[in-house]
Amino acid sequence: MIVVGEKINTSRKSIEEAVEKRDAAFILKVAREQAEAGANYIDVNAGTFLDREVDCLCWLVETVQSEVDLPLSLDSPNHRALSEAIKCHKGEPMINSISLEEDRFQSLLPVVTSQPCSVVALCMGKTAMPATVEERVEVGSELIQKLTDHGMPLEKIYVDPLVQPVSVDTGMGMAALGAINGIMREFPGVNTICGLSNISFGLPLRHLINRNFLSLAISYGLSAAILDPTDKQIMATLLSIEMLLGKDEYCGSFIDAYQSGRITG
Amino acid sequence: MSEFKALIEAVTKGDISKAVAETQKAIDAGGFIQAIIDEGLIAAMDEVGDNFSKGTIFVPQMLRSAKTMQECMKLLEPLLKEGDTSSKGKVIIGTVKGDLHDIGKNLVAMMMEGAGFTVTDLGVDVSPEKFVQKAQEVEPDIVAISALLSTTMPAMPQTIEALQKAGIRDKVKVIIGGAPVTAKYAQEIKADSYGADAGSAVTEAKKLMGIS
Repeated sequence: MIVVGEKINTSRKSIEEAVEKRDAAFILKVAREQAEAGANYIDVNAGTFLDREVDCLCWLVETVQSEVDLPLSLDSPNHRALSEAIKCHKGEPMINSISLEEDRFQSLLPVVTSQPCSVVALCMGKTAMPATVEERVEVGSELIQKLTDHGMPLEKIYVDPLVQPVSVDTGMGMAALGAINGIMREFPGVNTICGLSNISFGLPLRHLINRNFLSLAISYGLSAAILDPTDKQIMATLLSIEMLLGKDEYCGSFIDAYQSGRITG
Repeated sequence: MSEFKALIEAVTKGDISKAVAETQKAIDAGGFIQAIIDEGLIAAMDEVGDNFSKGTIFVPQMLRSAKTMQECMKLLEPLLKEGDTSSKGKVIIGTVKGDLHDIGKNLVAMMMEGAGFTVTDLGVDVSPEKFVQKAQEVEPDIVAISALLSTTMPAMPQTIEALQKAGIRDKVKVIIGGAPVTAKYAQEIKADSYGADAGSAVTEAKKLMGIS
């Protein structure tokens, strides 16, 4: 399971302030905590800075990579910000994200195919959000097809099934889970990824819902997740589910995380 | 206590069959249709909106109440006479150009309707030109604009500018909302108001109309 640490996002007040003040020490602390908690990628998002996003995102990339030896997930719907941030990044970043939306696809395709990187392929249609499992799989397949046609290796594509709130439509849990399953079956070797908080929008006990959704998603084949790795309960959910699905030899990762105090019940 | 106490309770609970039965009862008792709507259904939805803003009820409960109100309205609408409707005001609402997110926008549209506004939903990916064209056609009191992405937020000031250019900016109030949108941003782009959630969007819309 690939874990993308989600905490360096300027929609969080403390991060926004740190970016505004160029407080590298604070950003590094948050990056290090996530790395130590088991993150494989550190997500950086400076979306709230709007027209200053490009500068802020590049500063975040350089700051985090100055000390933390992990690849980053460059997170923006803004293709311009992504094209610039990838130039500041050392190694192979994850580009989060590309979708079929005309502008976004055309401008990002040359960026993601011109250098080694992974890419999150968001199942957002050209003109509408997919509603059903079938529509999600269709959009996901088209994205995979187009990306691989342009030389992107399958295993570097992370399809995001587009998770929507069950509070608005109780079919949305199964829509995402079915899409994860469908895409993983149809394209062996590809990855699927999602964030967890959308699913619980508009409901109480959101953390509990997020954790349970994560365990379901993993059992439907999810291979990567964007989450807070310093949340010991969510990491416990993740590691125990992998163990229960027979993906943790001698229960090693689970026990190791317990013995080093990284998970709790 | 309101004579529509049982109806109000059924709508706030989202009990469709009970609410429809209460509505029919009120009609049969010869009640004024407009009073059943205003003092029954709308009063109930006001309570729902308040409770949602306070965090004591959740999105599915709000949806259920709105659905209940819609079912009751099916009985009442055919009985309304021409000119009988005292709409709280006309609203056009849409998600900006380049943005396909509709959940928040739909919740706001639904709660505005619940509060007695006449709502025209323009859908998603609505260009500034489309907002202007619809505003000219519908002559709304309020133009409600939604955006969920930091990249599509700039289409909000563009839409306001387009209303300005068309000479109708001062004829409408503009309210904006969406996850990345803030009250500060609303001020910066000279919108008239900002709605943090579906409940407060309705409260703000009422303030804009001078009703409370």
